Amino acid sequence: MSGCSDPLACAEEKEEAGGLKRRDFLTAVGVVAAGFLAGCTPEVREEFFQKHFLELSQEELDRRMQRLHDDYSKRFGQEVSVSALPAQPGVVFGYALDLSRCIGCRRCVYACVKENNQSRDPQIQWIRVLEMDKAKGIDFEEANPYYDHEKVPDPDHFYLPVACQQCRTPQCTQVCPVGATWQEPDGIVVIDYDWCIGCRYCMAACPYGARHFNWGEPHLPTNELNPNTHALGNRPRPRGVVEKCTFCIQRVRSGRYPACVEICPVGARKFGNLLDKDGEVSRILRDKRVFVLKAELKTDPKFYYFYGL
Amino acid sequence: MATNSHDHDEHGKSEHPQTQEEEFSIARSNALVPLLIISAVTVFAILAVIVRAKPVIPHEGVAADKAFSPADFPMVFGSEAAIPGLDTADVQVERGRSASSAQFPVPAPPFSEGIFPCTQCHADMEPNPERRPLELMHTDIELHHDEEHRWCLDCHDLKNRDQLHLSSGAPVPFTESYRLCGQCHGTQYRDWRAGIHGKRTGYWDGSKRYLLCVHCHNPHSPHFAALKPLPPPIRPQFSRKDADRSARDKESADVGVQ
Repeated sequence: MSGCSDPLACAEEKEEAGGLKRRDFLTAVGVVAAGFLAGCTPEVREEFFQKHFLELSQEELDRRMQRLHDDYSKRFGQEVSVSALPAQPGVVFGYALDLSRCIGCRRCVYACVKENNQSRDPQIQWIRVLEMDKAKGIDFEEANPYYDHEKVPDPDHFYLPVACQQCRTPQCTQVCPVGATWQEPDGIVVIDYDWCIGCRYCMAACPYGARHFNWGEPHLPTNELNPNTHALGNRPRPRGVVEKCTFCIQRVRSGRYPACVEICPVGARKFGNLLDKDGEVSRILRDKRVFVLKAELKTDPKFYYFYGL
Repeated sequence: MATNSHDHDEHGKSEHPQTQEEEFSIARSNALVPLLIISAVTVFAILAVIVRAKPVIPHEGVAADKAFSPADFPMVFGSEAAIPGLDTADVQVERGRSASSAQFPVPAPPFSEGIFPCTQCHADMEPNPERRPLELMHTDIELHHDEEHRWCLDCHDLKNRDQLHLSSGAPVPFTESYRLCGQCHGTQYRDWRAGIHGKRTGYWDGSKRYLLCVHCHNPHSPHFAALKPLPPPIRPQFSRKDADRSARDKESADVGVQ
């Protein structure tokens, strides 16, 4: 050993012995990176240095939607529309579900998958229907999501479907370290799949288990794609991002009902504008006895459960 | 007194070490061996239980080991409506208020095929207002709708066979049968008009499509019929295998994912 007493001097000595100084190495890396970025197309450069969704100018937004449209259309071999339709003023969406009607048939679960382009395998489902014992009441510890009866409703059980509760004070958006998820002016909590880093803090923060992670490469057969997509909603997701119910943002922002509302065979699902005093949900809030899940957490959901009978 | 107690204390102190030493000698003897063996066996048994225990799978009995997709249920998600035989195409809906002229736009009533108009048979028949079980026709109808008190002609009109009638005798066409149902089921009728009871489609900010009561409730047996549920979600322990499989499939024949 050379026997150098100062560790710093010793390190420098070693570096020189390797023939490459740290400064030279970092300079080389910088030059290569700059050369790469200078050499690649403007599209790739823009994608690399993309701004946050909310900071995009209208022109940049249009360009990004066009790029998504081109990418998806090429990948799926059909015309895929990607919209970035913003929230309408004077609208806050609310949802109400009649527990006295729900029979637990899971039509909503699969209608949601069909509408929102979830991965088929590995399976992702945004709605989870919990079967609960009538004698025990609402008890999440005992709830069974895996029931499979010949016919539903089972006389001893009732059913409570759970998806994103679209909280007014969402915990998930507060813990996101990169601001990839936020609440829109119409109350929908959305995720920017390009900005999400997959840390899954939001999944830990959500008390309803409403967020789902793409652990594997999402598998979505071409012929099962829903080509009407929204950039913050049902556009096909990459691996490694979190996704969740958006009240079918691609439908409700153009006046339609969410897919789960339209499929429900018993009419247990009600959707509307909370600011519209004559809307179904406002009327339910006024006339029926409603409750929200885990009210003690003060998440203040816009998803209400009620007993219509 | 003080000295006395002191004496007593001293006496006690002198006896204690003696007792302890005796106990200690007992402990040193072979009596400790069975104790050791028992504790060792106990520890081993606990370890064995932990190692050999099966993982607790809640709600066992349902496998839930396959990932189903909406494409597996063409009957539910095909072009067929959610309610069999229902054609909602004739009810036009659009965005914006006051889009529809009808107050409660509903699709056509769900008649059994070829049964309407009723006059095609009843026109030539002598009306019989006497309450009786039907034996020649309509024997497939089993009345489970307050059958103790009601029969056909409480709702169906005797004179005009193609209509229903209210309890007042006022005629009601089949296309507005909700007015008839609403006579007894007032709270449901109120909620239905507001869009709270029953299914409503269309536009949340525009005109809606209503359904007649009889689209969901058989008027002769109105309890909602039970359905076969779609399959449960895949349990996480099986999902992992599926992820592996899809990764393998990807190399050969994946279409949608890149």
